[in-house]
Amino acid sequence: MINDKVEIMSNNSETIKSEPVKIERKQIREAVVEIVSDSGEGAQKCGQSLGTISAKMGNGVWTVEIIPAEIRPPARSKAGASGIRVRMGSKKVTNMGDHADMVVALNEQVLYGRIDQNAYKPGTYLLIENKWATDTEETNAAYTESIQKFKALGYIIHEIPMEKECLKHVSDPRKGKNMWVLGLLCNIYDRDLSIAAEQVKAIFSKKSDDIIQSNIDLLHAGYAYANDKLPMHFTIPSKISKEDFVVMNGNEAVSLGVMAAGIEVCSMYPITPATSASHAMAEKMESAGGLIHQAEDEIAAIGFAIGASYAGQTAVTITSGPGIALKTEFIGLAVMAEVPLVIVDVQRGGPSTGLPTKVEQGDLLAVLYGAAGDAPKIVLAPSTIEECFHYIILARKLAESFRTPVFVLTDANLATGVQPFPRPKIKSAWFPDPIDQSKWEEGVKAYDWDPDTGLSKRPIPGQKGGMYTLTGLAHDEESHVAYDPAINQRAAESRSRKLAALHKTLKEPKILGDKSGDLLLVGWGSTRGAIEEAVERACERGAKVSSLHLHFLSPMEPGLKSIFKNFKKVMTVEINYSDTIGNPLITEENRRYAQLAWYLRAQTLTDIDCFSNVYGQPLSPIQILEMLEKKLDLTLTE
Amino acid sequence: MISLKPDFCDIEIPEKEHYSIEDYSSSKARWCSGCGAHTILHSVQKLCTDEQLPPEKTVFVSGIGCSSRFPHYMKTYGFHGLHGRAFPVASGVKFRRPDLHVFVITGDGDCCSIGAGHWVHAIRYNMKMVVLLFDNSIYGLTKKQTSPTSPLGTHTNTHPTGSVLPPINPIQSTLGLANVSFVAQTVDWKPAHLNATLKKAYDHPGLAFVRIVQRCPIWMRENYEPTVKDPDAITVLNHENGIVLEEQALKKFRHIQEHDPSNLVKAREIAELVKSTTPIGLFYQNKEGTRYDEYGAHNLGVPVEDRIDAINSLMDKYAI
Ligand code: SF4
Repeated sequence: MINDKVEIMSNNSETIKSEPVKIERKQIREAVVEIVSDSGEGAQKCGQSLGTISAKMGNGVWTVEIIPAEIRPPARSKAGASGIRVRMGSKKVTNMGDHADMVVALNEQVLYGRIDQNAYKPGTYLLIENKWATDTEETNAAYTESIQKFKALGYIIHEIPMEKECLKHVSDPRKGKNMWVLGLLCNIYDRDLSIAAEQVKAIFSKKSDDIIQSNIDLLHAGYAYANDKLPMHFTIPSKISKEDFVVMNGNEAVSLGVMAAGIEVCSMYPITPATSASHAMAEKMESAGGLIHQAEDEIAAIGFAIGASYAGQTAVTITSGPGIALKTEFIGLAVMAEVPLVIVDVQRGGPSTGLPTKVEQGDLLAVLYGAAGDAPKIVLAPSTIEECFHYIILARKLAESFRTPVFVLTDANLATGVQPFPRPKIKSAWFPDPIDQSKWEEGVKAYDWDPDTGLSKRPIPGQKGGMYTLTGLAHDEESHVAYDPAINQRAAESRSRKLAALHKTLKEPKILGDKSGDLLLVGWGSTRGAIEEAVERACERGAKVSSLHLHFLSPMEPGLKSIFKNFKKVMTVEINYSDTIGNPLITEENRRYAQLAWYLRAQTLTDIDCFSNVYGQPLSPIQILEMLEKKLDLTLTE
Repeated sequence: MISLKPDFCDIEIPEKEHYSIEDYSSSKARWCSGCGAHTILHSVQKLCTDEQLPPEKTVFVSGIGCSSRFPHYMKTYGFHGLHGRAFPVASGVKFRRPDLHVFVITGDGDCCSIGAGHWVHAIRYNMKMVVLLFDNSIYGLTKKQTSPTSPLGTHTNTHPTGSVLPPINPIQSTLGLANVSFVAQTVDWKPAHLNATLKKAYDHPGLAFVRIVQRCPIWMRENYEPTVKDPDAITVLNHENGIVLEEQALKKFRHIQEHDPSNLVKAREIAELVKSTTPIGLFYQNKEGTRYDEYGAHNLGVPVEDRIDAINSLMDKYAI
């Protein structure tokens, strides 16, 4: 893979301005870098900074956090890898990539877990802190053994005295080693040192000048070390965009989206990995005219949001799968009583508390059907960080227009993935109109369902003449408890009809690749980048494969059945559980399908296959390519 | 010669300003005859009339149970939601709508059992609202199951040989909660005291928690009949800062106890007496408690331009 990315061997060696030494630089299209350490050593800050610096230099970027299974795993343990992956490219980057090219490890033990997860392949550069070689007898033994093992696996090892080098500049190398590593990587990948220094200043903006200076010194020291001592150096050319860009993760995008949607009440209860979606807005939400309410539990969080929405201020509640489970009864009420509401589900592995920090797209069916009785609602799934922002704005508008709860399904991958995108220009049109307190039109009922669309106007407390009692019981147009059996049928039809009305306004999904062929991959949510990259790579090698990505899951986007007919085979690619054909017990008859596959089979009466797994990892293009190889009987990977 | 505009004589006739009790009543209440809820409904409608609450500005939020049908019988805005969940909804309504008069109607199961967690926190939020706990000590709507306030040994469909756990004392429990600001108790069959209690609760600047001992002649007749009939069964708490009854009305009670509602320790002691007598009146009041609805409303109406500025300044943090 590394060789593949090398386009040109630079014959004319470039000169680094700060140093007289000439270093040969290879020009590459992209690089995948990991920084791993025990948690608390600042690997993530280092990687986020590298990502931001790269984005500022006009490169495409995607970062993924590497999170240990435990909150505080023992130091230097195999389970303890905490860190970050940064993928930087000449073009837009939409996913975490396949294998890493370069790894910086603050101790060698944290590499084992990553090796087990197949994150590295022979030829990967491992830059390892070598203080463990002399630390104690015990660490010495472990260290030596590991280094031998890694060499045998074909990795290119560079042992680096990171702490020793840092000690030349600071008294406590544990604080600041990450910035030294940043400097090291900035040199290796030819990152602009002045942009890097600005970034360091920004990180420590709340700290004293002394601290800022010592971190900048460390950055420079790391840079100089790589310059003098390391042989591998690369450039990743970029097209610097004229447009303004922002770089953030999906939770931050949701947070800003909430404010830009003019939502004034965000009511939630802390839950991983959704919580940080309230952190980003916490600082400015008040001056942006809103407030965050931290409720006593998940149920209260949505009840509070529904109360605010009922009173005219469409609110948002942000949670993850276990929170959705608790909120389900209230979601049913919101559907029944037609209360606009935005619900963000940052999905994590399940069932139960499952994998709190890991990705899964496991809540689709729960969100679609997980309420008592028939509870149709709108479900959206953004596929990029940028869409996380814009879909909240869309969700509020849909919630109010269709008088219903609207789900926005993101996941742990989008929540923590960082990507640059054009800076949104906040528009006043995104904000809601002031609460309507004009007199309610006489004779109009509280649920004046249009027979075709099911839509009705909603009276808001304060409106004279509009008084009604909302109820979760079956009710007639006037919101009176229904004692006439026919009214329940009519009301259920009206609630359902709204989805059909919205469906009429949707466009057919776009197909990436040819409109017919051997195989169509269908995805939703965060897997889009990996699927599309795999499809492009497969097509370059002659496969007749296309993909389409769904953003509206309820109502479903139109035209699917006829699109599917043009392909010999259709399959979904998802991160949730499905049985795999091949197991002796699993047959066509009893196979449990991945969630979108299940749903599409029912909707389109098409025999849809699926590829899915629940390793808790984002899908990489290579995994999808390998699957395509098998399905299409081709050789696609090298 | 003077020239007048054609609309010179147009005068605005003010809209009806006086609300009569009929303006608050909707359909006929479908509670059993003799149910204490009827008198509470009437008393609340009287309060609304006395205070001239604009019906469109008044919201009754309830959970599930006999009591929670209440909003349907008011001609105001109402929210008849889920089992035990009236508090979060009411809090959400009040958070950004200080202009609305919010009432919570809840029952002993709704408040003290399925919704007990929300009860604890609603007291702590201390938003200005009146909470009426209709406590009949039985599950009525589902036909006689043990309630968390059923006296020990109560025979029910779930405990035919008698309930086995001591009941929760809602007054005592509430008095033990953080940021508690108003706790009163009354009974549905003493209209003068009920009216006066509601008025006092409505005037309170924070969350006013009122437990109303309510008759359920269908499932709990044996529990209430002795109290209703026995003039000694009730002790009235009396104080100039408490629930003040006309002299005539006060005379009807045999047991009167002086109690200063600023005394929390004493209030808790009296709440303990419940086993031997039913104390009614104002147990505790503190007008100075932190109010979460004031926090919720403090930044209402930020102009859109300022909001965009704030978002942009946050966006700058992420700009590259
Ligand atoms: S069952 Fe009891 S509480 Fe319910 S309406 Fe009848 S009398 Fe009232």
